[in-house]
Amino acid sequence: MDDLNSSIARAAQPGNKAGEQPSISVKAAFLATLRRDLLMAYRRRGDFINPLAFFLIVCSLFPLSVGPNPQLLSLLAPGILWVVALLACLLSSDTMFRNDFDDGSLEQMILSPVSLYVQVTAKTLAHWLLTGFPLMLLSPLLALLLQLPSTGVIALMTSLAVGTATLSFIGAIGAALTVGLRKGGLLLSLIILPLYIPVLIFGVSSVQSATNGSDYMGQLAILGAFLALAITLSPLAIAASVRISVDN
Amino acid sequence: MTLLLQAVDLYCERDERPLVENLNLRVESGHIYQVEGPNGSGKTTLLRVLCGISSRFRGELLWRGESMSTQRNSYLSELLYIGHSSGVKTALTPRENLVWHAAITGFFGNVAEEIVSEALDRVGLYGFEDVPCYALSAGQQRRVSLARLFIGNMSLWILDEPFTAIDKQGVAELEIWIGEFAERGGAVILTTHHELGINHLVQHVRLGD
Repeated sequence: MDDLNSSIARAAQPGNKAGEQPSISVKAAFLATLRRDLLMAYRRRGDFINPLAFFLIVCSLFPLSVGPNPQLLSLLAPGILWVVALLACLLSSDTMFRNDFDDGSLEQMILSPVSLYVQVTAKTLAHWLLTGFPLMLLSPLLALLLQLPSTGVIALMTSLAVGTATLSFIGAIGAALTVGLRKGGLLLSLIILPLYIPVLIFGVSSVQSATNGSDYMGQLAILGAFLALAITLSPLAIAASVRISVDN
Repeated sequence: MTLLLQAVDLYCERDERPLVENLNLRVESGHIYQVEGPNGSGKTTLLRVLCGISSRFRGELLWRGESMSTQRNSYLSELLYIGHSSGVKTALTPRENLVWHAAITGFFGNVAEEIVSEALDRVGLYGFEDVPCYALSAGQQRRVSLARLFIGNMSLWILDEPFTAIDKQGVAELEIWIGEFAERGGAVILTTHHELGINHLVQHVRLGD
């Protein structure tokens, strides 16, 4: 093996850097995948704005439909904000691997010597940076619109930040499983919605506690535990699902 | 002459239709293997099995004489596969596409930038490095994915219809690259309907008879 490599290296043109042996860097591959996905989103801003527009529009329809009564709205606000954020994540997760599947990038990711675990983690992080993170930044504005008491805003933002990251990881499993199917949208919802429910329950509960002036650290800690579990375990499931979807 | 990839008694089917039966293939360095057969005879299926994307086969694959299941990592670090779908993102420029490919092949930083510039130059995309790929022609997009031939130091190329969409001069160049690679001690498995001009190194694998 060494003989062959060195003979190829010798035959390569002098100064040809491509003749050097690569040293696999997990960090560089992670950053390159993250950078590529963010760059793609930047070039196609329309796709990335969709979930945010959805969040903004649906939340702003509530005061119009249930009436501008501040007491009623502030009671409903934590639930509305969390449910709409969850649906925005669900809608956006469908396209997570679609492009990569169609243009053959997923095949290249599988055939890369860098572990697929690292690459799908980078893709999921990119997805969160493009959906969950802007949703969190936008949420104080919508909290104001829905008359959420100001004591709940910090809890809303932290619970959304931690919760949507978990949602991205769960959504990625479903997206990777259904990417090979032409009409996987409904199936995707069926697979991942049940897994979204615990995050929703603790997310809403933390905001409700905060608006009532009580301690909400317990709920946040549980959301954090969900996230820790999702970061460590779900890339295994995502990577396996990607392999299954490409292997057909 | 080193034995690289070996397929023993390979059987693949698609939708319960056998495509490849009792195939024994020895891929040795310095050779070019042209997989031939009519449309639908299983050429792409065979290549996907050989490169390890598809697990739908019976038989055994060996890499350098050892079972593929234990050698997968070493196999992947020496394999370059260019399939039907190009792996090229049309929203990105050729340079951005290849920098990502270089990173998941194991090159990064300044080294990657240099390798990518050199590769783009060799496939004739000098001056188009920073044009988004959607603005390039089909042939130029194909050249972006072919530029990956010059990224990394592989010992086996698996190319599925590499001549699609490129012009006459490009076909001649690609034949030269393939020939040079084989003479340097690499091995190439490819599918094409076109007669290669580098016949002395080519072995034919017939499917669908």
